[in-house]
Amino acid sequence: MEILNKSLSQLKAHIAEGEISCEAVTAAYLGQIKKLNDDLNAFITVNDNALERAHELDKKHKSGEDLGPLGGLPIAIKDLLCTRGIRTTAGSKILENFVPPYSSTVTSRLEEAGAIVLGKTNLDEFAMGSSTETSYFGVCKNPWDTQRVPGGSSGGSAAAVAARMTPAAIGTDTGGSIRQPSSFCGIVGVKPTYGRVSRYGITAFASSLDQAGPMTSNVKDSALILQYIAGRDSQDYTTASNEVPDWYANINPNVSGKTVGLLKEYFEEGAMSSDVRKAVENTIDVLKGLGVNFKEVSVPQIDTAVSTYYLIATSEASSNLARYDGVRFGYRSDFKEEPAKNIADFYARTRAEGFGEEVKRRILMGTFSLSSGYYDAYYDKACRVRALLKKQFNEALEGCDILLGPVTTGPAFKIGERIDDPIEMYNNDIFTTACNLVGAQA
Amino acid sequence: MKIDVEKVAQLAALKLTDQEIKTYGQQLSSILSHFNKITKVDTGNLSPMVTPTDIKNEFREDDVIHWENAETAVANAPEKSGNLFKVPPVV
Repeated sequence: MEILNKSLSQLKAHIAEGEISCEAVTAAYLGQIKKLNDDLNAFITVNDNALERAHELDKKHKSGEDLGPLGGLPIAIKDLLCTRGIRTTAGSKILENFVPPYSSTVTSRLEEAGAIVLGKTNLDEFAMGSSTETSYFGVCKNPWDTQRVPGGSSGGSAAAVAARMTPAAIGTDTGGSIRQPSSFCGIVGVKPTYGRVSRYGITAFASSLDQAGPMTSNVKDSALILQYIAGRDSQDYTTASNEVPDWYANINPNVSGKTVGLLKEYFEEGAMSSDVRKAVENTIDVLKGLGVNFKEVSVPQIDTAVSTYYLIATSEASSNLARYDGVRFGYRSDFKEEPAKNIADFYARTRAEGFGEEVKRRILMGTFSLSSGYYDAYYDKACRVRALLKKQFNEALEGCDILLGPVTTGPAFKIGERIDDPIEMYNNDIFTTACNLVGAQA
Repeated sequence: MKIDVEKVAQLAALKLTDQEIKTYGQQLSSILSHFNKITKVDTGNLSPMVTPTDIKNEFREDDVIHWENAETAVANAPEKSGNLFKVPPVV
């Protein structure tokens, strides 16, 4: 049976009916990883125990046991989420050899539901980037054109799904890191509402913005994954206690009568390339044909979203990344030849060698925004603009079911094209960052 | 805008080379001038929003929970002595 082109839902049905074994499914994807990973660099680590776990699930299935709602389904995990016993690097030299002694809630929920972790996918270092070019483990390539980036920071997850190295993957999104690579690689990605999915065990970048979500080849498969990772977790007090509905069973293609808002600021002349504009207009036409009503709405302050986002995200990152000090885990400088002068020198040399260029740039920016004399003008002001954006988004959403807009200003760019220009790279995120600031799903 | 990168690097516990101080200095000042537009936004009397959800303080019992063992806890240490973290002398 052809496996690699099946959707997650189809594989689920075939496994449940006993038409195909978990081992055959996992072996097929491991084979595809072996075939393509040297070229694409989508995976940093492959799980050596994946086949064994598949074999055990087959045994359970034969003895009549229920495999769970995701029984035997392979999934790739962004290497930012802790997986017990499987190296978790965050794409950084500072965590190159880190093997977590516990699992993130997302991965333990997936495994409890019967899923098989195939491996850990490449990402921008500490999820800081929009192209997967800042990874310590080398750039990941877009499977549709290997001269181009897959997007980022969940570029490995997006490339792996697009190249059928996995039927589904988990990504994280702090300012667009699920949506932008999903768009660049032509797959489906969902950034859940802030608080929907537990952040426990996910290497923190910016705690008030980070959310994990599914990346798959179609919408229904994303619903299936989200279903089993969402919900209250006592390990993360920012998770909402709202009930998790059965999205998978109740998915409904009938959108007739729904009202979709179009942010007029997003559609201004020159806001996006002609190709992207054409794709968005095509989508609008398709939806109109299905009976959707459109309405122009406005978030006047949206032009400040990228600046607000980067000030807040870097401030939180500078605080979150303070834990990497070379004492209890992670990389430590070699002090044998030149001993540390003092404790500050011990930390500063370890961190200077362990972090990459972009991570250091963001730590510096965040430290500056939080520093005495600049806090009010930058971090505090950004939090006030964030409140204003939330107010304006709530007003724009009144009378609309959802808002629709582009994800990126243009299609996937070439590797190396923007990496030396941080401002241009940050401005890539113009359509995605606002949703993280206001906590909305996207 | 001129940024004292050396001072910021010291606050951030990062040792930078002279070249990095120069490059980051130029980049940070151009990035921050670009971000400066937010300082002009009229935010009225809105309070700073630090997180998207309303979080109430939650209390839990201070229970002892058994977790793995000492070997596992120190397994990732760059250097150790038995079950203790080991650091070089720094004074």
